[in-house]
Amino acid sequence: MTSATHYDVAIIGAGMAGLAAGIRLAHFGKKVCIFERHNAPGGLNSFYSIEGRKYDVGLHAMTNFVRAGVKGTPLTKLLRQLRIDRDEFALCEQKRSRVAFGPRGEVSLTFTNDFTIFESEVARQFPAQIDGFRRLVAVIRTYDDVSLGAQPESARSVIRRHIADPLLEDMLFCPVMYYGSATEHDMEFGQFVIMFKALFLEGFARPLDGVRVIIRVLLEKYRQAGGERRMKCGVKNIVTRDGHAATLVLDNGTEVTATHIISTVGAPETDRLLQVAGTASGPTSSDAHPTGALSYTETITVLDRQPAALGWGDDTIVFFNDSEKFTYARSETQVDTRSGVICIPNNFDFGPDLQLPEGLFRCTCLASYDQWVNLPEERYREDKARWYAAIQRSAQRFLPPLPTPDALARATIATDMFTPRTITKFTGRLGGAIYGSPQKIRDGRTAIDNLYLAGTDQGFLGIIGAMLSGISMANFHILAGGK
Amino acid sequence: MTKDETKQVVLDIIADIAPDEDISNLKPDVRLRDQMQLDSMDFLDIVMELRKRHNIEVPEADYPQLASLDSCAEYLTPKFTALGK
Repeated sequence: MTSATHYDVAIIGAGMAGLAAGIRLAHFGKKVCIFERHNAPGGLNSFYSIEGRKYDVGLHAMTNFVRAGVKGTPLTKLLRQLRIDRDEFALCEQKRSRVAFGPRGEVSLTFTNDFTIFESEVARQFPAQIDGFRRLVAVIRTYDDVSLGAQPESARSVIRRHIADPLLEDMLFCPVMYYGSATEHDMEFGQFVIMFKALFLEGFARPLDGVRVIIRVLLEKYRQAGGERRMKCGVKNIVTRDGHAATLVLDNGTEVTATHIISTVGAPETDRLLQVAGTASGPTSSDAHPTGALSYTETITVLDRQPAALGWGDDTIVFFNDSEKFTYARSETQVDTRSGVICIPNNFDFGPDLQLPEGLFRCTCLASYDQWVNLPEERYREDKARWYAAIQRSAQRFLPPLPTPDALARATIATDMFTPRTITKFTGRLGGAIYGSPQKIRDGRTAIDNLYLAGTDQGFLGIIGAMLSGISMANFHILAGGK
Repeated sequence: MTKDETKQVVLDIIADIAPDEDISNLKPDVRLRDQMQLDSMDFLDIVMELRKRHNIEVPEADYPQLASLDSCAEYLTPKFTALGK
C-alpha cells in the first residue's frame, strides 16, 4: 500500500469560511490543504468575467461594517483573528438604503450606517410603534447571539411582543430574511438578532473593486501562512471507519488522509460525501440534514453611464415588496417578483475622485429551483429572457422614475442573469439554496468524530459571519485543545 | 529572561493580535481585560502565539495566570528560564 499524502487538516471548499479557517490553522503551524472543485475561490461570494467585464456574484454589500475604533463587533474580531489590517479591505460605506413596501413603494424606511436615521424613520412612519421598536432594539442589543446554549425561539413571536403593526413587522423581516435566512416565513430569534445587528446596528460597505479585494487579501494571508490550496480538485467522498473519517477521495481519484476535516460545503452536501455506495458508515436518512427551500435569481444590468445619470444616484440597496403581506417562502412560480432586493454598486461612497467604470443595476428575487433545474437548454434561455424583463419591471417601481420610459434600455450595454440552476452548478449547493439548510449546527459537530462543519450551515450568516464561522470552528475543534 | 523582558514579550504579542488597541499605558497590576477589549478568542491567541514563537505551553487550567502583565511575568518568566532563555 502506498502512503497517501497526509494533512493535519483538510478543508473542503475555498469560500470565505474555508479560507478563514485555513489562515488560522496555517498560521499556527498546521499542515493544511484546501480542496476546491471550482477554478475560482470565494464560494458563494465570488466573481467571474464575461467578455473582459468583471462581475461580482453573491456580495451586494458587506454587512457588519463598523468604523475604526468600534470594538467587540464581528468585523473587529475577524480582522484581529486573521491579522488583517482594516485598510487592506479598503471598505467604502454605503450612501443610503431603503425598505420600500406597497405597489409603488409608498411606505419607505431609509437607513444608513448611522442607526439614528433608521430609528427616526420608524418614528416618522410608525409613530404609534416607536416605543415598542425602541424596546425591541434594546432586547436585540443585549441578546447574547454567540451563546451556543440559547433556546430556539420564534423571531415573529418575539417581535410581536413589541411591534403591533404587521406592516412594520414585515418591513423589519424583509431585509433580514433576504440577507441570510434559510427558513421560510419565520426565523430563529438568535439568527434574526445576528442579521439585524449586521444590517441596521452595524452597516453596509464594500471595496471599490468588490468581493475580489476581500478574496485576494484572504488568499494572500493563507499563502503567507504556508497553507496549501488545490483548485479544480473537489472531494468526491469521505471514507469513514467506525465513525472516524479515514480517507478523502478526490475527484481525480487520488486519496489523501487528514487528522481533521472541516467541510464548508453545507450539511446536506456533507451528508452526501459520506453516503457512497460500498461504504455503510454514512449517516442514515433519519439523521440527514434537510435541503434548504429558498433559492434566488439575480439580474445584472451593465450601463454605459453612472446610475445617477438616470436619477438613481442615491440608493445603495432597496428591499422591496408590493403585496399586503411579505412572503418569504419557496417560490410557487419560476420567479416571485412581488418582492426582492435592488443593489446599485455605484452608490457607495468611494471618495471624491473614484467611481466604478460602468453603471451596475442588480436585482435579486426568490425563485423556484425545481422549475429551473430541468429545463431544456432553449427553454431555459427563453425563460431567462422573459423573467429578466419581468424582474426589471418589478424592481423599477421602487426607484425614482426614469427620465424617459426607454432610458434604462438605451443605457444598457450588457446583461447577465443567474438562476437557481447556476447556483448549484457553480457552488454545489443542493436546491440552489444559498443560505443552506434550515437546520443549523452551531457547534459544527457531525456524526464523524474528526469531521466538522463550518460556513453557512454552522449558522453564522453573511460574509463576515461565514469567515467568523471558519475561525470559530478552527479554534474550537482544532486549535483550542492543542490537538 | 527578566520579568520586564517577559512583559515585553506579552506586549509584543498583544500588539500583533490587537493592533487597534493602545498598549502604551497599560497598568501592569490591572487585569488586561479591564483595560482593553480582549475576549476569549484573543486570550487563546496569546496562548498560541506563546507556543508558536517561544515554545511555551500554557495549559488551559493556567489561563487565569495571564490576567495581568504582572501575573504574566510571574507565571511565564520561570518557563522561559527553564528553556534556557
